[in-house]
Amino acid sequence: MTDIATLASSDRRELISFCIGEQEFCVDIMAVREIRGWTPATPLPQTPGYIRGVINLRGAVLPVMDLAARMGLPPVQPSARSVIIVVKVAERLIGLLVDAVSDILSITDENIQPPPDVACDRVRSFVRGLFTIDGRMISQIALDRILPEIEQVAA
Amino acid sequence: MDPMESIKATFFQECEELLADLEAGLLAIQAGAGDEDTINAVFRAVHSVKGGAGAFGMDALVHFAHVFETLLDGVRAGRIAAAPDLLEILLRAADILADHVNAARDGGAVDEARSAEMIRDLEHATDPEHDHRAAPDLAAPDLAAAGAPGVDQPDEFGFTVTRFNPESLEPLVVTEALWKIWFRPKSALYRKGNESALLLRELARLGPTKVRLDQTELPDLASLDPESAFLAWEIELEADTDEAVIREVFEFVEGDCDIEIRRCSTSESPDATSESVITAIVEPPPSRATVNTESPASVKVETPKGEAVATPAHATIRVDPERIDRLIDLVGELVINQAMLAQRVIESGLPQSSNVATGLEDLESLTRQIQDSVMAIRAQPVKSVFQRMPRLVREVAAQTGKSVRLVTEGEATEVDKTVVERLGDPITHMIRNAIDHGLESPERRAAAGKPREGVVRLAALHRGGRIVIEVQDDGAGIDRKRVQAIAVEKGLIVADAQLTDEEVDNLIFLPGFSTANAISDISGRGVGMDVVRRSVQALGGRISITSRPGQGSTFTLSLPLTLAVLDGMVVDVAGHTLVVPLTAIVESLRPKPADVKRLGPQGAVLSVRDTYVPVVDVAAILGFRDYSKSPCDGVVILVESEDGGRAALTADSIYGQRQVVIKSLEANYRQVDGIAAATILGDGRVALIVDVDAVIAMRRRDTIRDYQQPLAAAG
Repeated sequence: MTDIATLASSDRRELISFCIGEQEFCVDIMAVREIRGWTPATPLPQTPGYIRGVINLRGAVLPVMDLAARMGLPPVQPSARSVIIVVKVAERLIGLLVDAVSDILSITDENIQPPPDVACDRVRSFVRGLFTIDGRMISQIALDRILPEIEQVAA
Repeated sequence: MDPMESIKATFFQECEELLADLEAGLLAIQAGAGDEDTINAVFRAVHSVKGGAGAFGMDALVHFAHVFETLLDGVRAGRIAAAPDLLEILLRAADILADHVNAARDGGAVDEARSAEMIRDLEHATDPEHDHRAAPDLAAPDLAAAGAPGVDQPDEFGFTVTRFNPESLEPLVVTEALWKIWFRPKSALYRKGNESALLLRELARLGPTKVRLDQTELPDLASLDPESAFLAWEIELEADTDEAVIREVFEFVEGDCDIEIRRCSTSESPDATSESVITAIVEPPPSRATVNTESPASVKVETPKGEAVATPAHATIRVDPERIDRLIDLVGELVINQAMLAQRVIESGLPQSSNVATGLEDLESLTRQIQDSVMAIRAQPVKSVFQRMPRLVREVAAQTGKSVRLVTEGEATEVDKTVVERLGDPITHMIRNAIDHGLESPERRAAAGKPREGVVRLAALHRGGRIVIEVQDDGAGIDRKRVQAIAVEKGLIVADAQLTDEEVDNLIFLPGFSTANAISDISGRGVGMDVVRRSVQALGGRISITSRPGQGSTFTLSLPLTLAVLDGMVVDVAGHTLVVPLTAIVESLRPKPADVKRLGPQGAVLSVRDTYVPVVDVAAILGFRDYSKSPCDGVVILVESEDGGRAALTADSIYGQRQVVIKSLEANYRQVDGIAAATILGDGRVALIVDVDAVIAMRRRDTIRDYQQPLAAAG
């Protein structure tokens, strides 16, 4: 029992995968706080387009980021099927708007390969690595790099 | 947290309160309002600090507190008069005691020289004729009382002092160091689980002992109260050791017993006759201070009345602020949920008289009461901040060589804890500024026909749902010519600018402005009034100054009472629901087309009772739409900004006025220009709270970018 737990924590990692358009991405399950349905967000002024606005997460104000727009893809058209994945990054909660959650994956570090050079810079900086499961290519998002203020500080 | 660490943390928390009590008490005595209770409270504060510090082995702190306490004991016993110069020393000693506490807490160092000098001062004040260093065995023999009047008088615990029995000294073997210890436990000692036998055994480890039990107080079995203590011991200890080592044995029962330790060495009783010992005991030097508290005189001071002060009537509990914050969050959610429920009920078409509707009304009033109560938990008097100021004034006065008296008013004014915490810095700076720049030197004051002592008044009061802090000095007032000249020199205003007195006064809030030619140690700590102003504004507050030449200046600080809720007007702007803080709103009106005049490409002004007010198109500034809509199509909210200027904010419609719970945007996102915070409305959606001043400033940036207006930078 102990062995398995140790093994799991050192080698294997669990990821939640989701779809944005035709592409499949994933984030570390440890960062995910909850997954909830889409509710209309209150837009914020003076804010980049990929921030959809803020929603009420049980009394806290939660910014919602359109992950597709953040990576330069066409923005998500929110529908009843759209979901918000609430993740905790650097002590802050942020909601990621995605089309649908597809799977929970368990992988080891050997499966992951760095994103190839062909990808544009923006995508590369947001993708930590790629791996293949059942012939599907899945990109792992580098959550710490997608936060808006980090870009702001750099700018 | 390590349990020891958490006990320590509690100790330091208590220390803060004790030090505040100490200072407040000393100030009260200085002001002539000190009665016996105050002196007792002051003594107890130092004594408690010492006791706690001893338990943690903070030796420097214990030593200092001990010397301090000895002097206070003398004052308490009436042996030393509380003269004004003595109070000066006591106040400074309180400051150094605070330094010691801080050093012990933060691991920093104390100014040793200053502390040592203060210890000498204190010792000198305790006993001017006697050199304390030479006589470490300070324990005044309380058994002195044996022959003295008042011996048979019971002390506050109902004990009578044991009669000294000369026979007990025989045969007296005189060695190099013979200690006599009188140990009389009080019932509290046993109640706390201590055991006399163990203490006696501990003493026996220091050297051969002779123990005599004094059971004269033991009553008949019938009248025996099993919870009380009746026994006392007399111990002769042969040990070549320090008094401190003996005292350490009783460290944990200090205060719970009467204890006297006396050294009887060959020199003191050469023939070892009980006679001479008795003489020495019966006639203690009158000015001699006692190490411990229970001299006969102090027993008299500790009247039951004094004890009543020791146990305050109302008990308090310490709560982790995070728990209260969580509670406030939950109550905030409750308010929102209640509003949502009410909305659903209305939507469902139930009649107003239905049971559900009336039940909801009760719920609403309950929720509101809970919210008020929870907010009241966090409300604190500003006293905690004000109490830090006398010390600051003393220090700055000493540094500048000015004579200053601080007058405080409205210490009991309550305001939310978060606001109290953030008041400290601006007030500190304003007081520094008032003494350093405001007050003149004593010579100049005398020349101007003023008392040599300057007065700085610090006051707090509630006004219009806000807390107002005033810092007033009776100095020379602002030298407007000089201020203007400096502003010109620093390029803050143009040379020929025609400014009103008020505008000149406000120049000191401009970034980069400092009137002191050489940056002084006191005010010039890299923090100008502009920083003070900005930090105040960040709290939703305002700061202003009024000054009258020759009579002084007044800084007025106004802050919201709480940072958790806000009364706001809920409005619709281009389909977005926004909240405008009610404190900023002057009035709302529906303008006639004739009142609106275009000014410039996008600007407009509104004529309100013959004055022109700039129109601020909120929707356009926040980027919700372009500058297309005429103010006449909607409503206009007349607001007053920080600097007293007015502006007309446009909105499409007004939903109403309600109290909203402020939710931070920064917690999970970041600050947004033009938005102060967010809140959650009855329908569960997030609404943004408009930062009125920021929106007005944004409009200025949008429209007045091309012509030079240096004063605009101040806004």
